[in-house]
Amino acid sequence: MWALLWKDVLLEIRTKERVSSLFVLALLIVLIFVVALGPEQVQGPEIGAAVLWITLVFSGMLGLQRAFLIEQERGCFSGLLLCPIEPGTLFLAKLVGNILFLMLVESVAAPVTLVLLKLPWSWSLLALPLVLFLGIVGFSALGTLFAALTVRTRAREILLPVMLLPLLIPLLIAAVHVTSAMLAGMVWTGVWLRVLLAFDVIFVVTGWLIFPQVVQE
Amino acid sequence: MKQGAVFMDRVLPWLTCGLMLIALAFVFLYVPNERIQGPAQRIFYFHLPAAWNTFLGFFIVAGASAAFLWQGDRFSDLLAQAAAEVGMVFCTMVIITGSIWARPIWGVWWTWDPRLTMVVILWMIYAAYILLRVLAGDNELIARYAAVLGIVGVLDIPLLYIAVKLWRGIHPKVERMAPEMIWTLLVCSAAFLCLFAWLIWLRLRSLILRDEVAALRRQVVAVS
Amino acid sequence: MSWVIEAENLTKTFAWVPVLNQVSCQIAAGEVVGVFGPNGAGKTTFLRVLATLLRPSTGKLTLFGASPQEAHVRRRLGFLGHESFLYPDLTPIENLTFYGRAYTVPDMQTRIATVLRQVGLQQWGNTVVRTFSRGMEQRLALARVLLHEPDLLLLDEPYTGLDAQGVAILQSALAHMKAQGKTIILTTHDFAFGLELCTRALIVDRGRIAWESDGHVPSVQEFIARYHSTILHSAFRIPHS
Repeated sequence: MWALLWKDVLLEIRTKERVSSLFVLALLIVLIFVVALGPEQVQGPEIGAAVLWITLVFSGMLGLQRAFLIEQERGCFSGLLLCPIEPGTLFLAKLVGNILFLMLVESVAAPVTLVLLKLPWSWSLLALPLVLFLGIVGFSALGTLFAALTVRTRAREILLPVMLLPLLIPLLIAAVHVTSAMLAGMVWTGVWLRVLLAFDVIFVVTGWLIFPQVVQE
Repeated sequence: MKQGAVFMDRVLPWLTCGLMLIALAFVFLYVPNERIQGPAQRIFYFHLPAAWNTFLGFFIVAGASAAFLWQGDRFSDLLAQAAAEVGMVFCTMVIITGSIWARPIWGVWWTWDPRLTMVVILWMIYAAYILLRVLAGDNELIARYAAVLGIVGVLDIPLLYIAVKLWRGIHPKVERMAPEMIWTLLVCSAAFLCLFAWLIWLRLRSLILRDEVAALRRQVVAVS
Repeated sequence: MSWVIEAENLTKTFAWVPVLNQVSCQIAAGEVVGVFGPNGAGKTTFLRVLATLLRPSTGKLTLFGASPQEAHVRRRLGFLGHESFLYPDLTPIENLTFYGRAYTVPDMQTRIATVLRQVGLQQWGNTVVRTFSRGMEQRLALARVLLHEPDLLLLDEPYTGLDAQGVAILQSALAHMKAQGKTIILTTHDFAFGLELCTRALIVDRGRIAWESDGHVPSVQEFIARYHSTILHSAFRIPHS
């Protein structure tokens, strides 16, 4: 698994395409929000949380597909399947890679978004990375699974969002609620954190179990 | 299997028609008006059974998908596909009847009531499933992918249920139903369940026939 | 005799159309099997099923007496296909290091240097693969396959894209593995190269094994006649005498 992760990180360092394009895209989405709604409207914790998560979901979706597109170019995915690695491990390696890259993007994009939306500082923001992390884990778990499937189909650009977005709604509702509470200065929002956590656990395990059933053609 | 097919072909259509007529009679002639909502509430007897079938559809899709993933038989795959398509029809029905019901009661065609929201999201998942089948073409790989979507979809339901409920606050709808209402609901549910099973059967049959036609066509091409 | 490959009624369908149809065969350790046949006969599918890259629709495949899903079975497998399975944005050394780790190759640095020298790419070790020509990439792909010293080597059209020097490298590598008693299965359109090496020849057509050599490998001339008559027979479904 570490070999796989090392390879993905090395490729990313070499090309820098994933992190940089995701970052630019994330900022662009924020910009479009501000332009479309007007800077006066895009304010306050609720809108802030919404913008943060919409940005993450839509830019993240591209990153998910990149993770498998790099395996497609010279048939490398077949090479991976040939290796004496459990397919479940393959899933976990890709998942950890996606989480890593998304966290990296958000570590810059999230503070920039908060500044652009003029959200006030509060100590509860220190818990924001944790919420982002929980959300990203759930997003990546389902996303990695479905990106692996759609990358080998026709119409993959349409199919990934169409399949992924409805399933992500519970995660999104929970994440936005926790985040907006946090931006408003509160920290503990127990029920929603539990929903987030449940989503993460259920779909990481599901992905790990189901992935071996679908990787082979 | 053979007897089952005879039942599905000969008995089920008549059973469905009969039950549907009885259900209509119950809804329009037997059951009394609801105290507050008046006659508009009668749509409830179609709305709720349709909603149950929507959920049932999800579970059939997931069950058949799991069977297909682990056993790889074409029948399970076709059953999942048929159940998804029929499930989506019922889901659409829930949305439409819900909308018609909402108009006189709440004064709007649509409201983000947790249950309505949930049904719309389920509709989206059904739509994704069918789109995948349509856009990506019919082959073994797509069948497996659709199976994954079917299974993940059903796992999503409880989370979705909790999230949507919490999102909109909990609206307790404690309705003490009169015995006439319960009877009507039961009859309607039975009728809708039969309709659901029959539709799935018809769709399944047509999918199996389509497979056979394709196989025959290949033989013809191979010979000529 | 212990079989390296035991295939029972392997069928593989694509879009529900069988491409491989009820193929059964047994291959012993040390055999070199040449698989011949026209385009679209199912050669590549056959090889990819044997390599566990494709899941057979029905039928049973046993490799080294175990299920092909087991990691230790795949550890002993090498597959060289149409695609190189190399990352274009990594250098040969990085590519091989990655595969070496995945296969837990012992003493990796030395082994990588050895295989690079074997395929004649030692001075290209730190150049990104994207800049390579088709032939160089194919040679590096060969290095990738040799890296973990597989006991069963599956080669799909290995000669495509190779220049004279590349062909010589490939030939000597294969001869070396044959001498070591490794099992090799290769598909090719080049009868001369294929027959020179193999100890058994198969003709695959329309998803079936249409002909199989018994005991001795025929000469090229003999084989060409056999090849055409087999294809003709299988086209009209005349049972072979």
